[in-house]
Amino acid sequence: MTTSAIRVRGLRKAYAGVTAVSGLDLDVAHGEVFALLGPNGAGKTTTVEILEGYRRRDAGEVSVLGADPARPDAGWRARIGIVLQSSGGHDELTVQELVHHFAGYYPGARDPDDVIAAVGLDEKRATRARHLSGGQRRRLDVALGILGNPELLFLDEPTTGFDPEARREFWALITSLADGGTTIVLTTHYLDEAEQLAGRVGVIAGGRIVALDTPDRLGGRDHDLAVVRWSEDGRQRTERTAEPTALVAQLAGRLGGEVPGLIVSRATLEDVYLRLIGQPEQTLEVVS
Amino acid sequence: MSTAVSPARIAMSRASLETRSYFRERDSVIFSFLFPVIMLGIFAVVFGGEDVGPSSGAPVDFAQYFLPGMVASGIMLVSFQTLAISLAIEREDGTLKRLRGTPMPPVSYFLGKVGMILVVGLSQIALLLAVAAVAFGVELPTEPSKWLTFAWCYVLGTAGGAVLGIAYSSVPRSAKSASAVVVGPLLVLQFISGVFFVFNDLPSWLQNVASVFPLKWLAQGMRSVFLPDRLETLEVSASWQHGPTALILSLWLIAGLVICVRTFRWQRRDDG
Ligand SMILES: Nc1ncnc2c1ncn2[C@@H]1O[C@H](COP(=O)(O)OP(=O)(O)OP(=O)(O)O)[C@@H](O)[C@H]1O
Ligand SMILES: [Mg+2]
Repeated sequence: MTTSAIRVRGLRKAYAGVTAVSGLDLDVAHGEVFALLGPNGAGKTTTVEILEGYRRRDAGEVSVLGADPARPDAGWRARIGIVLQSSGGHDELTVQELVHHFAGYYPGARDPDDVIAAVGLDEKRATRARHLSGGQRRRLDVALGILGNPELLFLDEPTTGFDPEARREFWALITSLADGGTTIVLTTHYLDEAEQLAGRVGVIAGGRIVALDTPDRLGGRDHDLAVVRWSEDGRQRTERTAEPTALVAQLAGRLGGEVPGLIVSRATLEDVYLRLIGQPEQTLEVVS
Repeated sequence: MSTAVSPARIAMSRASLETRSYFRERDSVIFSFLFPVIMLGIFAVVFGGEDVGPSSGAPVDFAQYFLPGMVASGIMLVSFQTLAISLAIEREDGTLKRLRGTPMPPVSYFLGKVGMILVVGLSQIALLLAVAAVAFGVELPTEPSKWLTFAWCYVLGTAGGAVLGIAYSSVPRSAKSASAVVVGPLLVLQFISGVFFVFNDLPSWLQNVASVFPLKWLAQGMRSVFLPDRLETLEVSASWQHGPTALILSLWLIAGLVICVRTFRWQRRDDG
């Protein structure tokens, strides 16, 4: 019995000579929500699909729920939920038919009607998969992924194509699954999504993890200087400081109460992320 | 709702799901149901009035003579061609990949396909026989023994065609190339297996080539069902050869099963 839900050491994978994952280490604890961030082609899908048992690795040790995913069996599969980055098929069947049918694959399936409601497809029950919109299809993918009441749920860019409201609903759904003890590994390009959902974030670039921490500490974000902006003498002033509270108090004294145009900010997760993957920060210059 | 998962029940559920899916694709249903009927119609019209018969005894007309061939090739089209093409598509569009991520037993998937094919195949044959009887006045057999022969030929032929189709679906490199890779060879096979000609009229080396493949035997088995016994003398060996037919169809079924089990892929070749 391992203590972590997922344990990866020295994972490597190349496609026809092109390296996709080069020496990746990762631990995900039971009950944790872990987000994998990284630019297009960083190796997220490759990594996740190796963990799901879909792709073969070239080297490294991998254990997922105590088993090697390269030799999956039905019992192991029943404990895992998968939402692939792209999936399709079963076009002629309705939402209702598909969800009820897939429920029959799992010994401890959730109630199919509850799952349909949970992903917000109640009104589309009788619609064939072929006629769902892009975002609705994605919701169906999520429904089929959580249907088996998995111990461990993989979500590869689950909210691509969701409207903002659907994304909030999805976050609420994932949060309730996590509260129920489900271990969740998701990849996303939405930094707010990672910040909202994940207990820990890993940034992957060039096939290895380049940073790994909680969203508010990632890349030394918590030690970053705060940025204080205000207007004085008709000019925009900016100062970086480790003690923003003291600065604001001092400003309040000097300017006699309310500080005009006061903004106190810290680097967003996006700033830190862009710095980590080697892109220049942009947001600090934008505010006027 | 914690229930034990039984492969047999999942197979039934998949068969019903697959059958529903199949019949919802209207255009494909209409064409594959009408094709054998139209072929039979063409033969009846083009060769109308010509007869096939033994040197002694009454001949039968062409519509009747070609009916068993159409039944046999219908079975191959429904089983082999439908599955080879649809599985190539399911492999490409991610249907198979998604299923592989669930604990669904693979055997349930295959049995579900076979179940769907058995239903579709029987409905196609029923339509073909009905049209042959009503529109072309073909007399259908009434002896139970003939229908018994039909039953085992149908089951062996369909099941064999199904597993071979599943195995063959890995040959096309993509869904786009699937119909070309599947339809061509099958069409050639139909020509050399005595579906469109009197098998006897083929050169003997072609007869030998065709005898390796199941369609020739299936067509011969169906002739023994739908033609009067006095035409038995027209066969190359002057016999319906039920024994060899059962043997060769079974061998292909077993070979197909083995190939399926050993080579079946749930993902595209480049995805893994
Ligand atoms: N099946 C494949 N065959 C060949 N190369 C592949 C294959 N899958 C991925 N790659 C390559 O491996 C690298 C990593 O791809 P991967 O799909 O893991 O990236 P990703 O992080 O998921 O990207 P995205 O954010 O765009 O989904 C890329 O350079 C990609 O071109
Ligand atoms: Mg990806």
